[in-house]
Amino acid sequence: MNQLYATWLVLVPLLGFILNGIGFRRISDSLAAVIGLSACIAAFGFSAALYLDFMQGGQAAMVIRLFDWISFQGLSVPFEFQIDQLTLIMLLMVTGIGSLIHIYSAAYMHHDAGYGKFFAYLNLFIFSMLLLVLGGNYLIMFIGWEGVGLCSYLLIGFWNTNTAYNDAARKAFIMNRIGDLGLLIGMFLLVQEFGSLSYAEIFPQVAQRFTENDPTLLAITLCLFIGAMGKSAQIPLFTWLPDAMAGPTPVSALIHAATMVTAGIYMVIRSSALYNLAPVSLEVIAFVGAATALLGAVIGLAQNDIKKVLAYSTVSQLGYMFMALGVGAYSSSLFHVVTHAFFKALLFLGAGSVIHAMSNEQDIRHMGGLRKALPVTFFTFLIGTIAISGIPPFSGFFSKDEILFQLFLHNKVIWAMALAGSLLTAFYMFRLLFLTFFGSFRGTADQQSHLHESPFAMTLPLVILALLATLGGLLNMPEVLGGNTWLAHWLAPILPVADHGAHGADLHTLENILMAVSVAVALLGIGTAYTMYLGKKTLPAAEGQPTSALHRLVYNKLYIDQIYDIVFVKPIGFISRLLGFVVEYLVIDLAVAGVGALARATGKGLRFAQSGSTGSYLLMMVAGIVVFLALVFKSNLF
Amino acid sequence: MEISYSLLLILLPLLSGVVTATSPANVAKSVARLSSLITFGIFVLMLQGFVADASWQYTYETPWIQDLGISFKLGLDGISLIPLLLTTLLVPIILNTIRLSDYGRPSVLLGLILMMQAGLATVFLARSAFLFYLGWEAALIPIFFISGMFGGELRQQVTLKFFIYTVAGSLLMLLALIYIFAHTTGPARDDFEVMAGVARSFDGTVQCWLFWGLFAAFAIKMPLFPFHTWQPDAYAVSPAPGTMMLSGIMLKMGVYGVLRWLLPLVPLGVAENKELVLLLSVIGIVYGSIIAVKQSDIKRIVAYSSFAHVGLMSAAMFSLTLSGLTGTLIQMLSHGVTVVGLFFVVEHVERSLGRREVGSLGGLTKDSAAFSIYFMVMLLGSVALPLTSGFVGEFMMLYGLSEYNLYLALFAGATVIFSAVYMLRMFQTVLLGQKLDTDASLRPLNLGENIALVSLCVLVFWIGIYPSPFLQLVEPAVEKLLAQAVAQ
Repeated sequence: MNQLYATWLVLVPLLGFILNGIGFRRISDSLAAVIGLSACIAAFGFSAALYLDFMQGGQAAMVIRLFDWISFQGLSVPFEFQIDQLTLIMLLMVTGIGSLIHIYSAAYMHHDAGYGKFFAYLNLFIFSMLLLVLGGNYLIMFIGWEGVGLCSYLLIGFWNTNTAYNDAARKAFIMNRIGDLGLLIGMFLLVQEFGSLSYAEIFPQVAQRFTENDPTLLAITLCLFIGAMGKSAQIPLFTWLPDAMAGPTPVSALIHAATMVTAGIYMVIRSSALYNLAPVSLEVIAFVGAATALLGAVIGLAQNDIKKVLAYSTVSQLGYMFMALGVGAYSSSLFHVVTHAFFKALLFLGAGSVIHAMSNEQDIRHMGGLRKALPVTFFTFLIGTIAISGIPPFSGFFSKDEILFQLFLHNKVIWAMALAGSLLTAFYMFRLLFLTFFGSFRGTADQQSHLHESPFAMTLPLVILALLATLGGLLNMPEVLGGNTWLAHWLAPILPVADHGAHGADLHTLENILMAVSVAVALLGIGTAYTMYLGKKTLPAAEGQPTSALHRLVYNKLYIDQIYDIVFVKPIGFISRLLGFVVEYLVIDLAVAGVGALARATGKGLRFAQSGSTGSYLLMMVAGIVVFLALVFKSNLF
Repeated sequence: MEISYSLLLILLPLLSGVVTATSPANVAKSVARLSSLITFGIFVLMLQGFVADASWQYTYETPWIQDLGISFKLGLDGISLIPLLLTTLLVPIILNTIRLSDYGRPSVLLGLILMMQAGLATVFLARSAFLFYLGWEAALIPIFFISGMFGGELRQQVTLKFFIYTVAGSLLMLLALIYIFAHTTGPARDDFEVMAGVARSFDGTVQCWLFWGLFAAFAIKMPLFPFHTWQPDAYAVSPAPGTMMLSGIMLKMGVYGVLRWLLPLVPLGVAENKELVLLLSVIGIVYGSIIAVKQSDIKRIVAYSSFAHVGLMSAAMFSLTLSGLTGTLIQMLSHGVTVVGLFFVVEHVERSLGRREVGSLGGLTKDSAAFSIYFMVMLLGSVALPLTSGFVGEFMMLYGLSEYNLYLALFAGATVIFSAVYMLRMFQTVLLGQKLDTDASLRPLNLGENIALVSLCVLVFWIGIYPSPFLQLVEPAVEKLLAQAVAQ
């Protein structure tokens, strides 16, 4: 039964992709939407069926082997799926949010010339993402990993007549490939150590084979993490994600906020058996995550493009998830993955609704006062904003607070960085909210006359996501607030129990104090935003006129793109030209020509031997006889 | 007398090549396509009867120059199976991409391609040294005329350079073969097993000399850094079918040469020199990849990418690991398929617009969605996305290399990143963005071209999704080869 469900779960979106791909421009838009949407909803149905089956089957993890993929002596990589607690959470999240975004897209992409193509790509993405989370070994995961990268490329550059968009798409793919090389090397090391890439074979052996911080294990875990850096946009491989906003907004919500970018976190959680014995690697992850969380939040402070603010916020939130991983709080990290998927998908779809209403305007300086014209969008966006800022009782509060609590227990420096990040998050999110929905309208009269609430197909997903963003905290409600930490218990069979220490009264007091601190910090951020943007009615500076050097630095994203350009892109271009047009012709080819010339010169030198002149032949004959005689009689001569 | 399938694989293309070259264009086209399909059909029959062990099958032998003990021996094993599959598969596909109206004397072109196929089949089937050498040189003559007669600007100089360069390499190989042959005895002295037995009995110094003699021919043919400068010019100047034959099949002669006539013959020479060869190969990967990044001629982008990929094959072979060698064989197939597809893309663009420079193209995806999809599939195979043919080979090769030395694998892995850089740049410059010239558009694909490209796409996914049959066919032969190449 499971095998059947799992196979169809993967095949249905693939079928949707093939139908819409082949039928593009031949089938009507409405049929394309029906195909794409039903494929995704069916996938959700199969995921739910798998879940129910799993519950009935006593919650035992199972591996489904379909066929031998790459198999030769020394290494066998079957095409296999593993279904366990982690897989099921990811499956439900991906297909559930995926379905909502398919519904939204049906309306959002209306009138687009590439309507059917868009649904084909979305289905291909779902297919790849399902392989990623279902894969029972690293290589099947890698199929999905690269597949979502391809879909990301295709969808960022969806409007492919625009060169800037195409460049953004290319950048995303290439930066991901840098990470992928790390992942590949990590897999090679795994095969060399374990002779297998299957989770079920590797993880039970880790403890016998390695002691803590074994150099090989550190190399493996760090290489895998390099892959995660690329996919989940961590320093230094994060600059592609903000550019990826070139894609249609539903894509930003689905791929670049809710699902694909969390693949790196999924992979680390999946590999927790390896990471647990590599505290040094975890330390690295924690610091990279903390640095990314702060950097993303800082850059987010000064962006004026509604999607760019959200993009940097995603970079920052992914940093939080990695911080949690870095202290071994895997279930807290996954909790944040889920709640973030709810509220960030909500925020992006809300932004899409705003952009839709504003006739494709994305600059928040030209918005304002939209709450009256877009009541549903406003209200749901408000919920998303509160949730991400960490105000109870919305979902983001619980997940973020759990992370902060874990950080505090393990590493105070990281905790402080994370707390500073929360302050900034609350500030930039409310800045975004106030500038977009409050005050007076600052756009053109033309835009104002077109302002309208989005159709039902777009507001419905907003409302559902808003509900989830509100209630999502229930998934893992802490005990101190009377919850039962369902998610942590659910994951317990496959994750080592996080060492909370004793669940004594002291810890509960501490947890309460920390909660109060983080709420206070969030309120401080909101208050500041309120004073600046609603109290004083400050408007962000216009393009190119930042007010101070510091502001200019932040506004220009710390010039990181420019630095990469100078340090990597330009030199490689220069070396490419140097090798291609100078070394090739003036060094290597000249050497080849030199050999040719030498041959010709030798020929010229030897030519006199066959000059045809009797005199020279005679001369040579005599000389030859002399030499010959000398050789024959040399013993007699001397 | 029983008909030998192996012999047919050589004779059929040869004879039909002669017929084709002397027929009127329309007849020639039918004869060529039919004969190439029959040849492929024969090979499929051979595949069905092939037993996946390390033995020679479908053998054929007859005395040739009896006084000298030179024999005519053919046979098929797990190693030669792959390049033969590639040859018999790609020739009909390549023939399908040729539009007669594009060429001055199309019958001659078609005939030359078939004759070249005969030469290539001889190389891959030969079980005796001088027959191998004969095929090696015989395959060169048709391509010399294909490039010299039908090529673009500067074709004479470029073709001559290519010809002299490769012949120089071949002569060194001939010297090495003669040296080994001179030490053999008995009838059929140039038999592969006899030659290998004698060569393996030489001491290290002699084997080193023999190594370089044989290696020169193979390194130039592949080509390997720094013996490659004939290649981008030759690819750029040759007409598309010639480029496809050169890159899709002929360069595999070099790879096959290493596998068949180098590794098992002079293991001591290999052990002595493999570090240097590995270094050159890895340098070639990085060097070729970096150059491809900024090439302005899209045909040269494909040429340098091919050069980089061959570097990886070479590195994987000289890692002397099971996965490296098996991966090389799979990659032979994959590389052949994708490079032919990519050169078709280049050809189609050039024939349609009359130019192929980066910056002079763009927006062509509007003209044909099918063309964009074909291009994308070939691109994905070339950058080795999982579930495409390129991934299986590349993964196994890089893994094999990492078993030998992790750092070499890391540098060789640069291809993972750079292939995406130059291929996506090429894709973007051709298909995406705005059209520069609204009047110029892609000419519609005809039926033959569509069949050819769909076949290539199917192959890309087949090898990528279900490579097991191929792996099983080659594995025993590779194990035997590996045992010969390392054991002393």
